[in-house]
Amino acid sequence: MNNLLEIKNLYIEAFYEEQWQPIVRNISLNLKRGEVLGLIGESGAGKSTIGLAAMGYTRQGCRLASGSINLDGTELMGASDEELKAVRGSKIAYVAQSAAASFNPSHRVIKQYAEAPVQHGLMGYEEAEEEAVELYRRLFLPTPEKIGYRYPHELSGGQLQRSMVAMAMSCKPDIIVFDEPTTALDVTTQIEVLAAVKEITEKMNKAALYITHDLAVVAQVAHRIMVLRNGRLVEEGETCQLLEKPKEKYTRELLNVRNTRQEKPITDKMGVILKIENVTATYTGQENVLEDIDLVVRKGRTVALVGESGSGKSTLAKVITGLLPATHGSVSFFGEILPPELKKRTKEDLRRMQMIYQMPDTALNPKQSVRKVIGRPLEFYFGIKGKEAEEKVRELLRKIELDPDSYIDRLTTELSGGEKQRICIARALAAEPELIICDEVTSALDQLVAEGLLDLLQDLQNKTDVSYLFITHDLATVKAIADKIVIMLKGKIIEQGEKKQVLSPPHHEYTDKLLASVPEMDPNWLDNLLAQRASAFI
Amino acid sequence: MKNVLILIAKRFAASLLTVFIVSVIIFIGVELLPGDVAETVLGQSATPETVEAFRKELKLDLEPHVRYGAWLKDFVNGDFGNSLANGRPVSELIGWRLTNTLFLALITSIIAIPLAICLGMLAAFYRNSFFDKLISVTTLSFISFPEFFIAYILIAVFSVQLGIFPSLAIIDKHMGFGAKLFAVLLPSLTLTCVVTAHMMRQTRAAIINVLASAYIEMAEIKGINRLRIIVHHAFPNSLSPVINVIAVNIAYLIVGVVIVEVVFVYPGLGQLLVDSVAKRDLPVVQASGLIFSFVFIFLNLAADVLSMLSNPKLRQSKI
Repeated sequence: MNNLLEIKNLYIEAFYEEQWQPIVRNISLNLKRGEVLGLIGESGAGKSTIGLAAMGYTRQGCRLASGSINLDGTELMGASDEELKAVRGSKIAYVAQSAAASFNPSHRVIKQYAEAPVQHGLMGYEEAEEEAVELYRRLFLPTPEKIGYRYPHELSGGQLQRSMVAMAMSCKPDIIVFDEPTTALDVTTQIEVLAAVKEITEKMNKAALYITHDLAVVAQVAHRIMVLRNGRLVEEGETCQLLEKPKEKYTRELLNVRNTRQEKPITDKMGVILKIENVTATYTGQENVLEDIDLVVRKGRTVALVGESGSGKSTLAKVITGLLPATHGSVSFFGEILPPELKKRTKEDLRRMQMIYQMPDTALNPKQSVRKVIGRPLEFYFGIKGKEAEEKVRELLRKIELDPDSYIDRLTTELSGGEKQRICIARALAAEPELIICDEVTSALDQLVAEGLLDLLQDLQNKTDVSYLFITHDLATVKAIADKIVIMLKGKIIEQGEKKQVLSPPHHEYTDKLLASVPEMDPNWLDNLLAQRASAFI
Repeated sequence: MKNVLILIAKRFAASLLTVFIVSVIIFIGVELLPGDVAETVLGQSATPETVEAFRKELKLDLEPHVRYGAWLKDFVNGDFGNSLANGRPVSELIGWRLTNTLFLALITSIIAIPLAICLGMLAAFYRNSFFDKLISVTTLSFISFPEFFIAYILIAVFSVQLGIFPSLAIIDKHMGFGAKLFAVLLPSLTLTCVVTAHMMRQTRAAIINVLASAYIEMAEIKGINRLRIIVHHAFPNSLSPVINVIAVNIAYLIVGVVIVEVVFVYPGLGQLLVDSVAKRDLPVVQASGLIFSFVFIFLNLAADVLSMLSNPKLRQSKI
């Protein structure tokens, strides 16, 4: 069978430090119809760059330097804008990592679906609409006839991601590039998207490039896997063979990450830092997003708050920080009840409780230097300025394992995702808090980077005895870091307890589903699971 | 939708408060003007007795806050008082002038706003090219010249050399729409040159700002053509700052065009205001000042409401 996509000796360069430097070196790959090729590696490995290059596209500041990209007989290297436009979207389509950012907020979802086929002259708007509904149904979106007529902000993350898969399918392309399509999703939603990917590649006989940093995920969908690092190929092989007998050390490292932390006992004697009692909260005044939440965080311990998106995890964080005042119940900190509204809290209240967010890109001001970002809380809470502040910032940078000399004057845009998140940690630490709320802090990061970050957080806790409230949908993270696990579903806590107790059977029914949804390094895991669930329905 | 309405109501209330404060400031400002109305009106030959009698007639002998209260009350009831200079009702004087000013502003807006937005989009589309720089340099040169200079150049070219348009924009109440339009064309072209640059630069900047978004990259990857990306994907998301600049410019067209009115001898409100200040015709000054601030504040309010409505997330908060 002919190759649909043939990339030969591809070099891609980026312009930085005043010159063109290679970021992808000598990559060759082939893709046949019905085949899924997994590209795996950490950020900076060049996975996305290669994925975009397959469409003849480079991000700003990058260029295709040499090599050949042959898409079903059309050479994209050096092709004209018109030729590229004709191919993009119609022959090869792209599913981006962040669906929320990749949908235009001003237009309805179905309009964005129909845009490519209408603009490429493949069909009229009505026909595209009908096909969209059909695809939405096939991808198990709720109320497929109606959902497309909503604006992007009215859909959940998983729904948006599936609508984007549908959008990529709109022109019935031969190849789809999936760029980390499940990274931002929780495990149960991830399965839906993975199932959608399988449905498309197997039943509709399309080819796909699947880009991810998660080997367990790629193992479910890919026939072959290429491991990349720093723009170079580390190794390539059939999925089973690569998982069972990795040749390179780096691949083995990727395979066996996630070491469990040492157990720390929780006793009633330990100081209670945060106590939440009977908290109920609502956004609209009608529907409760949180109901009767009781929760205790003790000194020097980590509580993991687990649940799918929409379960109320982040809302609880908003109630604790005062962004959303609770309608009932109380939040107390060191035995004192905090005022529900942020405005009424004292500076000291604010200082003792810090937050780290999921997206370090949006949490850091792109126009500020590292020195300014970390120096700000020092000045705000302690009035430390000038030389003293500089010393403190350097000390904090050393704490987060970044070299002060080379990082202190960088702009936040000049950092990688993992480094940015470390800066966010340093900013939180600068306030010398008692409690840090970590909202999905590792979900936007690569496996090894996330691993390093969790180690760092662990290390900091050992040294400073700070407590964490760790909000996550990733059970592997939970296993790695939590002392206590709280599982939430639809605004209620359905199970909570020490890690050992929650993770060992018998489980609550929902906990069981969550645990079963965590991908394993077994290529047949997804098929087995889907088959199992399907038979459960019959 | 309910939330949006509440928000709009709040902004409206704030605007009313601002208008009230401005009315106080205008009143005080007029009080602070040097000189005495009675003396100015009666001339230097008047005896102290006649001046005193005239002051009484004008109620200038009362306490300022009493006069302010009376003035505001009358104003709210639509009675702007009588002109001190010629005794005619202020509303009659201002009404005709205000219509003319609004007419000129309207015609200019109809030409300038679409022009500025199209140029802004084209500049963003051809970003950093020769064309982009040409647009920027041209429009920026126009705002750098004084208004009267542009006005005289246009008169020199279109009236004197080519003889197409009249050099004076004289209009009266009996003229039809077409004749009026013809008369104000040169002044509105002058004003278009003045306001286009600002709006065009803002449109360009707002669009370029949005072009870095992930959804623009997505549109490019979908193979959508560049012009459509600018018009269909980038522009709707950059409306908010553009609307604000447009509002400021419309406000300028209504309140700030005295020079152009003088050059073209156009009977607008600005000219009336300047004349009245010279004549110490306080009721007219106060009334036009207040109308100007009304226009400014409510155009800004309209801009806020419109930019709120341009965002589906805010518009749809009913769900």
